[in-house]
Amino acid sequence: MNRIDESPIVLIVCRVLSPFIMLFGLYIIAHGHYSPGGGFQGGAMLAAGLLIIRLALGTTLSELHFRRAWGLPAGVMGVLIFFAIGLVTMFMGGEFLNYEYFIIPGITGAMLRSMTILLVEVGVGLAVMGIIVSIYDDLMDGKGN
Amino acid sequence: MEFFLGHYAYWFIIVLLCIGLYTIMFKRNLVKKLIGLSIFQSSIILFWVSSASKWNATVPIYDSAYSIENTANYINPLPHTLMLTAIVVGVATLGVAFALFVLVYKRFKILNEDVIIQEMKSESE
Amino acid sequence: MKYLRFLLLISFGVLLVYGSLGLPDRGDGEAVFNRELSPAGTVNAASYHIQNAYKDAATPNMVTVILADYRSFDTLGEVIVIFTAGIICYLLLRKRKVKHE
Repeated sequence: MNRIDESPIVLIVCRVLSPFIMLFGLYIIAHGHYSPGGGFQGGAMLAAGLLIIRLALGTTLSELHFRRAWGLPAGVMGVLIFFAIGLVTMFMGGEFLNYEYFIIPGITGAMLRSMTILLVEVGVGLAVMGIIVSIYDDLMDGKGN
Repeated sequence: MEFFLGHYAYWFIIVLLCIGLYTIMFKRNLVKKLIGLSIFQSSIILFWVSSASKWNATVPIYDSAYSIENTANYINPLPHTLMLTAIVVGVATLGVAFALFVLVYKRFKILNEDVIIQEMKSESE
Repeated sequence: MKYLRFLLLISFGVLLVYGSLGLPDRGDGEAVFNRELSPAGTVNAASYHIQNAYKDAATPNMVTVILADYRSFDTLGEVIVIFTAGIICYLLLRKRKVKHE
């Protein structure tokens, strides 16, 4: 579990599958409007695409892919995106998280709410991905090859 | 017969709940208790989601072939929303529990609840 | 002692089955939470969300509209919960530098 795996099948399959899993996770976030999906599900898929490299190659080699220090800041950025949308709508005159008062140049009405829902889902997906990878890295604690 | 067809899903979910409760109560390793907790949470989520169905209704995504004025065409979307939150809370609980297990193992060198309670009693005397 | 715990588990299961006899049939269209109007005369929550989600937000998926538009405050609380779990794991498991005097 802590060493780099010696079987070449596991190494090759994990390295080939990881970008496709992350692409599929991005697809699930972006298509949350038209099919089942959304922020939480897409964030979990993105985290799975990152964790499969950490499990197959060990912690030293997977630093080249996604560093340990990037996990928690990604989670913080997701929370801040959500809060920033709420504060912008509050400063524009409405209540907290009332999407009618958000500013996107040139769009009003129901389309404005649709675009703001997409921004909120991206924020939630980023937060979930960052926190799941950060919890795994804290449990591993830098040990392992 | 109608009664059995309408209620058998609830009885299967109660069996799953009792399996999870048995694992929490009767196993002595801490990690096995955590697996029982996860089975328990899954049974509750399954119960809520299965109670939101309707006969001859489709998924809650707007389709222009089924009108939304007649609400018997779409299943109830509210329990699905609430259970998304519940799943994420379950993941967070599991993560914190594993962090606590790492610290307990560093201190006691074993993850068996009888031995841990024995050590805690003998060092407080 | 072990039989007492077993009896507790069995009685809990029997109590739950007895409680589930009063639930409405699964899939019943006339259950109280599936109707058009609630018993108090106001509009039912589920039917309001079904009828107005596409008009208000131009999005076909009703679950996403409820989660991110009508109940976005609950989703904010949810993101705060998972962020708190990440912070707890970081605070419990980081290495401290021990000062030697």
